[in-house]
Amino acid sequence: MARKETGDIAAGRLDPAQLARNFSDVSPPLDRQRALIEASRCHFCFDAPCIQACPTAIDIPGFIRAISTDNLRGAALKILDANIFGGQCARVCPTEILCEGDCVRNSPEEKPVEIGALQRYATDWVIRDRVALFTRAAATGKRVAVVGAGPAGLSCAHALAMRGHEVEVFEARAKSGGLNEYGIAAYKVVDFSQHEVEWLLSIGGIRVHHGKALGRDLALSQLRRDFDAVFLAMGLAGVNAMGIGDERLPGVRDAVDFIEELRQAEDKARVPVGRRVVVIGGGNTAIDAAVQSKRLGAERVTLVYRRSAEAMSATDHEQAFATAEGVHVIHCAQPAELLSSHGVLSGVRFEHTRVDGSGRLQGCCEFFDLEADMLLKAIGQVLLTDGLSEGGIDLLRLEKGRIAVDANAATSLAGVWAGGDCVGGKTDLTVQSVADGKHAAAAIHEALTADREIQHG
Amino acid sequence: MADLRTNFVGVSSPNPFWLASAPPTDKAYNVIRAFEAGWGGVVWKTLGLDPPVVNVSSRYGAVQWNGQRIAGLNNIELISDRPLKINLDEIRQVKREWPDRAMVVSLMVPCDEASWRSILPMVEDTGADAVELNFGCPHGMSERGMGAAVGQVPEYIQMVAAWVKQYSKLPCIVKLTPNITDIRWPARAAKKGGTDAVSLINTINSITTIDLDLMAPTPTVDGKGTHGGYCGPAVRPIALNMVAEIARDPETRGLPISAIGGIGTWRDAAEFIALGAGNVQVCTAAMHYGFRIVEDMISGLSNWMDSKGYRTIEDFRGRAIRNVTDWKFLNLKYDIKALINQDLCIQCGLCHIACEDTAHQAISREKDGQRHFEVDNDECVGCNLCMHVCPVDDCITMQRVDDGSFQNWTTHPNNPMAEKA
Repeated sequence: MARKETGDIAAGRLDPAQLARNFSDVSPPLDRQRALIEASRCHFCFDAPCIQACPTAIDIPGFIRAISTDNLRGAALKILDANIFGGQCARVCPTEILCEGDCVRNSPEEKPVEIGALQRYATDWVIRDRVALFTRAAATGKRVAVVGAGPAGLSCAHALAMRGHEVEVFEARAKSGGLNEYGIAAYKVVDFSQHEVEWLLSIGGIRVHHGKALGRDLALSQLRRDFDAVFLAMGLAGVNAMGIGDERLPGVRDAVDFIEELRQAEDKARVPVGRRVVVIGGGNTAIDAAVQSKRLGAERVTLVYRRSAEAMSATDHEQAFATAEGVHVIHCAQPAELLSSHGVLSGVRFEHTRVDGSGRLQGCCEFFDLEADMLLKAIGQVLLTDGLSEGGIDLLRLEKGRIAVDANAATSLAGVWAGGDCVGGKTDLTVQSVADGKHAAAAIHEALTADREIQHG
Repeated sequence: MADLRTNFVGVSSPNPFWLASAPPTDKAYNVIRAFEAGWGGVVWKTLGLDPPVVNVSSRYGAVQWNGQRIAGLNNIELISDRPLKINLDEIRQVKREWPDRAMVVSLMVPCDEASWRSILPMVEDTGADAVELNFGCPHGMSERGMGAAVGQVPEYIQMVAAWVKQYSKLPCIVKLTPNITDIRWPARAAKKGGTDAVSLINTINSITTIDLDLMAPTPTVDGKGTHGGYCGPAVRPIALNMVAEIARDPETRGLPISAIGGIGTWRDAAEFIALGAGNVQVCTAAMHYGFRIVEDMISGLSNWMDSKGYRTIEDFRGRAIRNVTDWKFLNLKYDIKALINQDLCIQCGLCHIACEDTAHQAISREKDGQRHFEVDNDECVGCNLCMHVCPVDDCITMQRVDDGSFQNWTTHPNNPMAEKA
């Protein structure tokens, strides 16, 4: 492949066989024998710490014991009853800081039980064979609108449908799944998310409308009039800007767009990537963008984060993975200037940073340049508030740019609940969103049935 | 370096590890491989009178437990299915080539004097060192009045042992079946018949598993199954008890014992020898891993003996017998309490839930709102359960707390039959 001095962005840097290997399942499923051996490592702890560590409180020792007796249906039911996206979470959860992080087998001599891999073993067959594990309660006649078909929205929709309510889901994009579908590295979730969504919807009582965005195609006030309850779970559709010049410069991209394009591409050989890639950010999005750039064939990938390794929101495991994949990581440096040549990105100038006594980040006025054909920005997503105000009036209370909710996931606007990434104050993990949706569904159900008692009373 | 040589009823072998009468000792090829690997002796797979028996296909069933592929093994194979002459010729040839190894021949013929009288000279003629009488096989042969069918009737054992001693100069070992209420009775009968030794245990009657699709026992032979002989690590505790019962029975005390039953390591062997066994016989472990396991059995036993200062097998043989007693003689004043080492505790909570649900509610789960497991000595009866369920070595230990006094049931006031002080 011919090398260009600047603007060297090209598709098909690797041969198809290599690309296929690079984007196949990063941690392949356990077969029965390996699953049984791994299951036998579980101590079946009392009041197990791993359960406490799971936002959806899956009975982990219970499902592992069921695996060990070949009671796969029992295992799957325990998982999916607590977390309807148990299949997805088995793949994408940072288990090293959740269940596996609290496994009592953690010690210098030992490694934790591979809970994520076992959870996948227990649930894959359910999705693959479209096994019906849940049935709906008798119809209540209540209708709920859910905005966003991501993990929070669909988790809530499923829990409500199970209780007999009718759910209409409004999704801005062409496919359901949210970040499960668009925001995860391709090798983490191979040919799964859409099957999982179809399985989830097979319970019935849920209709999904694609291409419907709040504030563009829908008004919150209208939803409140048309439905008995509304659950907002539209995630964070906006991205932060770096504020260092014209970010429309060719070669500059949002990491989430890059990840989405790659995930949606049937043929990875058609996805262009820079020869020299710089990724800015410290979260799992930054890691996913950096590693995938490398796996697409980028020659040099540098991940730059403004603070130290400990401050990165990407877990130690993710950081180590990136390093092992050949990503060069630079800590304590912030972008200062986009460098260009002939109208395209040629590099990024960075400034070293330090943290002052009060914990604030400061530039050191010492600079260095990195050559770059492609810059991927992964410095965080923001809530698009377009649909949350009407006629210049805010409909509900925000807090630090996200929707504020009470302990029952209720917003400040009556009849409107919210969960997932659009709500602040917690981790932004898939499993947390699933927990939010489940939690909100319980609150909504209680509100709707309390209504009925009053009507009948 | 410890001396592992043994002399068992006049049969010498370089070490106490023999292969039991079973598939591994069915023919010269296997036995030569075993001797090359270092086994001290073999008991050749049981010979019968011609025509030879016929065996089925599908012979073994295994009990798997927690990843262990063979926690217990069951078989429905019968005695040697090769013509008698072939076996005798091979025995003669192997003994000639390996004179320093023990060559014992297992026998099973119909329970009549003529049958035993006819086969014994043929065995003696091979140069074999001893005979072992198979009164144990619990399946197949027992339906024909042999094997366990004999071993379950002490009078028959005594009768056949006496015939063998009458018609042969060879040392005689009677192999006992565990499928009996009190193992001491057949052992006493064998002694009365004049046997030189007993060997035990033979396999335990069992059904390994039921195949829930076929709705049939395993191993399954064309849709049906039958009870078979159970062996392997799972049966070892049963064998240890039966060996101990014979070793401490005043009527059989001193009767040489060749121990069999789930022995796979030097430690297993040492335990049986401590209960008085003169040597040990191995089968399942060899069938699981091959003959090479004897290397570690030899070096492990030798190193352990060196560490304890035992020069010969006789130095520690039978040393545990005196400490095997009846329940009524145990010290009721002995008192121990569980102690949890908080530095080693991994917070799994298994000790708590075991004690809470099934024992004495003596282990708390919380301290100052934190997950914390601690023993309440007032409630702890020292049962050992928590120590056994704890997955961490030495995390829970039992601490002695009594004043060293002694009282057993024979003198206890609660015992209506108590002996007057």
